[in-house]
Amino acid sequence: MTNTIYDVTHESDVIMLVGSNPEHAHPVIGMQIRQAVEKGTRLIVADPREIDLAKKADIHLKLRPGTNVAFANGMMHIIIEEGLTDETFIKERTENFEAMKEAVKEYTPERVAEICGIDPDLLREAARMYATADRAPILYCLGVTEHHTGTEGVMSLSNLAMMVGKIGRPGCGVNPIRGQNNVQGACDMGAAPNQFPGYQNIVAPGIVEKFEKAWNTKLNPNVGIKATDCFPKMITGEIKGLFIFGEDPVRTDPNTSHVIHALESLDFFVVDELFMTETAKLADVILPGRSYTEKEGTFTNTERRVQRVRKAVEIAGETRPDTWIFTEIMNRMGYPQPHLTPAEIMDEISSVTPSFGGISHARLDSEEVAGRGLQWPCPNPEHPGTPIMHVGKFARGLGYFRPAEYKPSMELPDETYPLVLMTGRILYHYNACAMTDKTEGINQIASESFIEVNNEDAKKLGIADGEMVAVSSRRGRIKVKASVSGKTREGECWMPFHYIEGGANWLTNDALDGISSTPEYKVCAVRVEKLS
Amino acid sequence: MINLKIDGIQAEVQEGTTILEAARSVGIRIPTLCYLKEVNEIGSCRLCVVEVEGMDKLPTSCNTLVKEGMVVQTMSERVVEARKMVLDLLLSNHHRGCFYCPQNGSCELQDVCNEYGIEETSYLGTRKKIERPAKDSHPFLSYQPELCIHCQRCVNTCAKMTGRHAITLGKTGMFNIIEAPFGEDWDMTLCESCGNCAQACPTGAITEKRKKKYRTWETKKVRTTCPHCATGCQLDLIVKDNRIVDVEGADGPSNHGLLCVKGRSASFDFVDSPERIRYPLIKNKETGEFERATWDEALDLVAGKFTEIRNNYGGEALAGFACSRSTNEDVYMLQKMVRTAFQSNNTDNCARV
Repeated sequence: MTNTIYDVTHESDVIMLVGSNPEHAHPVIGMQIRQAVEKGTRLIVADPREIDLAKKADIHLKLRPGTNVAFANGMMHIIIEEGLTDETFIKERTENFEAMKEAVKEYTPERVAEICGIDPDLLREAARMYATADRAPILYCLGVTEHHTGTEGVMSLSNLAMMVGKIGRPGCGVNPIRGQNNVQGACDMGAAPNQFPGYQNIVAPGIVEKFEKAWNTKLNPNVGIKATDCFPKMITGEIKGLFIFGEDPVRTDPNTSHVIHALESLDFFVVDELFMTETAKLADVILPGRSYTEKEGTFTNTERRVQRVRKAVEIAGETRPDTWIFTEIMNRMGYPQPHLTPAEIMDEISSVTPSFGGISHARLDSEEVAGRGLQWPCPNPEHPGTPIMHVGKFARGLGYFRPAEYKPSMELPDETYPLVLMTGRILYHYNACAMTDKTEGINQIASESFIEVNNEDAKKLGIADGEMVAVSSRRGRIKVKASVSGKTREGECWMPFHYIEGGANWLTNDALDGISSTPEYKVCAVRVEKLS
Repeated sequence: MINLKIDGIQAEVQEGTTILEAARSVGIRIPTLCYLKEVNEIGSCRLCVVEVEGMDKLPTSCNTLVKEGMVVQTMSERVVEARKMVLDLLLSNHHRGCFYCPQNGSCELQDVCNEYGIEETSYLGTRKKIERPAKDSHPFLSYQPELCIHCQRCVNTCAKMTGRHAITLGKTGMFNIIEAPFGEDWDMTLCESCGNCAQACPTGAITEKRKKKYRTWETKKVRTTCPHCATGCQLDLIVKDNRIVDVEGADGPSNHGLLCVKGRSASFDFVDSPERIRYPLIKNKETGEFERATWDEALDLVAGKFTEIRNNYGGEALAGFACSRSTNEDVYMLQKMVRTAFQSNNTDNCARV
């Protein structure tokens, strides 16, 4: 997030929520958005489904799935046409605006309404409400990113915010509500094929050399392969050995059959896990790691806030801290790595990562920080952290308008697979359920998968609410319970991705975003059939 | 700024401050039950009454604003007597089964009654006529009306903090009643099972059912960060004899004391679950079954095989994925292992999926 959860929910006049259902996926943010709306903040929801927050919204733009770029371009078209741009901001803080202006010329409200399946006047109203508000953040989530044009969707929202000068101020910004507890941190820490910790690019001059010096070894200078691009290479034999730490791609990656085939093709496969997950079952060796309650460390939340994780218990058995496991493997493979405590590891992180230069466990535990964590960039021990990014100046200098054209989703409905399937999260589970399904009460409430089917589609198919149905796509077929309602539009279905039995990812498309290689989880074509 | 005198101490506070907060600002504690700052300031329990020079009645300090030159007594004889009367009346409608109450030892009513020496009530409870059944069909939450002091902390926490309005205030004749959504039809209500109401409740009226399994004085708290989504809620793990038995929301910068159902109720049962893998396992190629191994056996096999692949095919034939549920320190060391020992940049995390 460019801003903090507090300022976007407590200091904004209008909140624009795009492809995000925080009441389920980030409930405590959802609660604060509801608080804000009750206190008078206006709410624009752009989402294909009738999520609960849509009922509280001033405007609900029920976008057809996969049309975010057209939506953002349409908003910008209206803002330019009606003279609602922030000319001073554009002039002083950005570049390439003329190209942007040219690119959205064709995105008239009428054309965009046609693409997105919405009312052009409602789009006009939304554009005016967002542009004329003094303070208005854009909050978005996987409904924007999980498309083959996901990165362009994000850039389009950034273009939109820059055009009206809503960056670098409280209650504004472009704010991804990120998924997992430490997904921000995992990216910050350099678990990425092209970047060392702190987004230091492998191909940037001197970076490989910097880490060779810090780690006192020769390093491979070639950019690596993204996880989602690795799976096909396991099948072709280009990748022969894999170590997975705590992920369950059999459940969470698209096209489950393909993932299983890829993992089975490996010469040697190791997982470091808490549980016998679907992925762990395929491993050659399982190393028992530790949960967040059995170790010291830090998580970085969606607002870039580094906060402490503390050891509370020890469990019976021979589990080991995960850092001990990695250190042992390094030593046994010939790289001399001393065993370090988590606090010492953070000291090493801060020594090689400029944006973490002022972060240490000692400081996080100090009276100065008072349990509020530190938001990076925090370059030195005197720096208070950075609640709001791009104040006065963008990280790259001038903000660059990067136009994008709308491109339809990779797999559109046809005669054989006539319905669009979207996927997402529910309130009561987290991701692959490995942690949440160990709580009995949770399983009493949300024990099984389901598919939301629109009333009209259900009527045509002769399906009743609660009935088991078959759902198939080009990649798989499952049986799952139908939940019939008006929550999705006619021709559109929705499923949670948490479950293995009746799980959405047997069906989802492994088409990837051209830049980030994020799969297009949010749109694939399916057929729903009554079971006789 | 407003100047006033509280128990002889001079206080200077912003206009619009309540007497209660003004007293707190100079280190004077006034007892409260229904009060929750900015959430429930309705003066319904009347425990926070004080004596103000020139006022006949004893005002409730939680919702009476300071005035210039005010002279306040927080512990005068009249105030203490009034508080005793309040507690005596509250107890007349409160079932005193502290022996089996899950809140025993962390009950705010019990604490103030002990402080003011109220052990019995001198009144016949007026609510006896409208006794209502407990609501405890919810998997996690329970409401016991006979323990409720109708302070409305739960109602206003659910309304103002969570914005959900699942708990409402009802009426039976002259009595306020709490409509708690934990009956048999709880799943048809607006309740999101977050339990913020239970955390707000000063007595044992609304509780997480698991609270019966421990006593507060047997536990310690460990402040940490929630392991589920990226909101970064701060929470306290409640630990008894090396086991996590409960969770409480802490006042973190992103959650302000709030938690959701996953953070409060699904963030600890898994820790010591019988399903945890507790020993290194190596798959027997013949049978396809995993067999327990020593750490040396497992690590030598892992290092040996990866070294063999690296030496024969180059580091790029190896990959290592990090977990975005794990700590920064873990992830840093994982990518360091892939880069230094595997000699590969094929490292990633689950951000893309």
